[in-house]
Amino acid sequence: MGNNNINLTLNIWRQESAEAKGDFEKFKVSVSPDASILEMLDELNNKLEKEGKIPIAFESDCREGICGTCGLVVNGHPHGALPKIATCQLHMRNFKDGETLYIEPFRATAFKIIKDLIVDRSGFDEIQQAGGYISFNTGSAPDANAVPIPKEIASLALDAAECIGCGACVAACKNSSAMLFVAAKVSQFALLPQGQPERYERVQAMIAKMDELGFGSCSNTYACEAECPKGISVKNIARMNRDYIVSKVTKETV
Amino acid sequence: MGWLWESLNSSIGKKIVMAVTGIFLIIFLIVHLIGNITLFFGPDAFNGYVSTLDVVKPLIRVIEVVLLAVFIFHIFNGLRLWLENKKTQGGKFFGKYRVNASSENSSFSSRTMIISGSIVFIFLVLHLGTFFWRFNVHDPQGYADTHQYFFIVSELFGIWWYSALYVIAVLLLGFHLNHGFQSAFQTFGWNNKKYFPLIQKFGTVYAIIMALGFASMPVYFFFFYGGNL
Repeated sequence: MGNNNINLTLNIWRQESAEAKGDFEKFKVSVSPDASILEMLDELNNKLEKEGKIPIAFESDCREGICGTCGLVVNGHPHGALPKIATCQLHMRNFKDGETLYIEPFRATAFKIIKDLIVDRSGFDEIQQAGGYISFNTGSAPDANAVPIPKEIASLALDAAECIGCGACVAACKNSSAMLFVAAKVSQFALLPQGQPERYERVQAMIAKMDELGFGSCSNTYACEAECPKGISVKNIARMNRDYIVSKVTKETV
Repeated sequence: MGWLWESLNSSIGKKIVMAVTGIFLIIFLIVHLIGNITLFFGPDAFNGYVSTLDVVKPLIRVIEVVLLAVFIFHIFNGLRLWLENKKTQGGKFFGKYRVNASSENSSFSSRTMIISGSIVFIFLVLHLGTFFWRFNVHDPQGYADTHQYFFIVSELFGIWWYSALYVIAVLLLGFHLNHGFQSAFQTFGWNNKKYFPLIQKFGTVYAIIMALGFASMPVYFFFFYGGNL
């Protein structure tokens, strides 16, 4: 162990609280190429604790790319430069010996920094609570094919449902817009029969909540799609725009 | 009608205002370029074209008022979006990323709409202050009074900095249109894997034709007439 370790210079964002001034702190580490970036931070934190220093605060949970808890901006890319992975799936073998890394939190007005690399993404929960659900009881599992759904439509709905709500779309957007997240949550229901009864109320309520929370407006740069760990397509945003227009123009509910 | 005002001021509503006014301006540019091509066929063709427009002046005036309103909405809404979006990028304790990788995840045109748009706006003011003013209001040389509009064009494009500014502005307009064209269709929700790639390609071809088409006029007049009438 340790024979093929690589040496890296880390510039990590340290910030005491939302109202404190933050800055980068520099660390020199020697790390196994088999470690993930989170494991590297774990090792660094162990070392810091032994030295009696305050460890770096960062979030993680499943560490297999499905929970959406971890989220770091590595060298300007949310979840690092590799496509379609979460931060926990970013391994140090993707970096060269002697490289310098800048590790920053997801930055947006709507995501207040709690500490260091942890941001408050509860805005996403509020958007979900505004309409990202089906409010009637669906009962127990229905018989297979009792409700026919074409394969193509089911696939599109599942693609949208892949969203793990990590917030990388907001972090990547120059306007800090949450459109891709909201579009995925709107689309997963808009495509399926179970989502139809509340389809148009849902899109209006979720957009209204998104605007209220101070997320920016979309200017179609498509940076969100490029950085999304699940590759959620901006076609979902187009679908949401369509539903929003239809609901405003043809429905009586405001 | 409160719902309409509210809807147009939502995040999607603002996109729609941008897209609808943008599409109108895209169509206007096509008409404008086709008309201006008469410049390449000599003074008689161009003067004849402008004089024909004079015949239907009341209609032209109505279109101009609509166009002015569209321009104002597009510019005002664009500035407002830019100002609002600046506020979403973090407070005073943390703002911009130290390392910015936006060049790797989005197009140059899409990130610089406010810059290309602002320069095109400055150009527009100058364009109206020179050409529009001399054609429609007052021409100190008296060419407009005798329907010799072609001479106004060759006189103005004989000025090197004036022609240079035109070329720069319309090239930036090309970048603006390259993003704006497909962006408008995305906003309307017309993104489908069958035809959206076509819309994107068509938008790029359109932007190139507009930029080169409008740039060709000052270049042609500067090098072939050089201020000679």
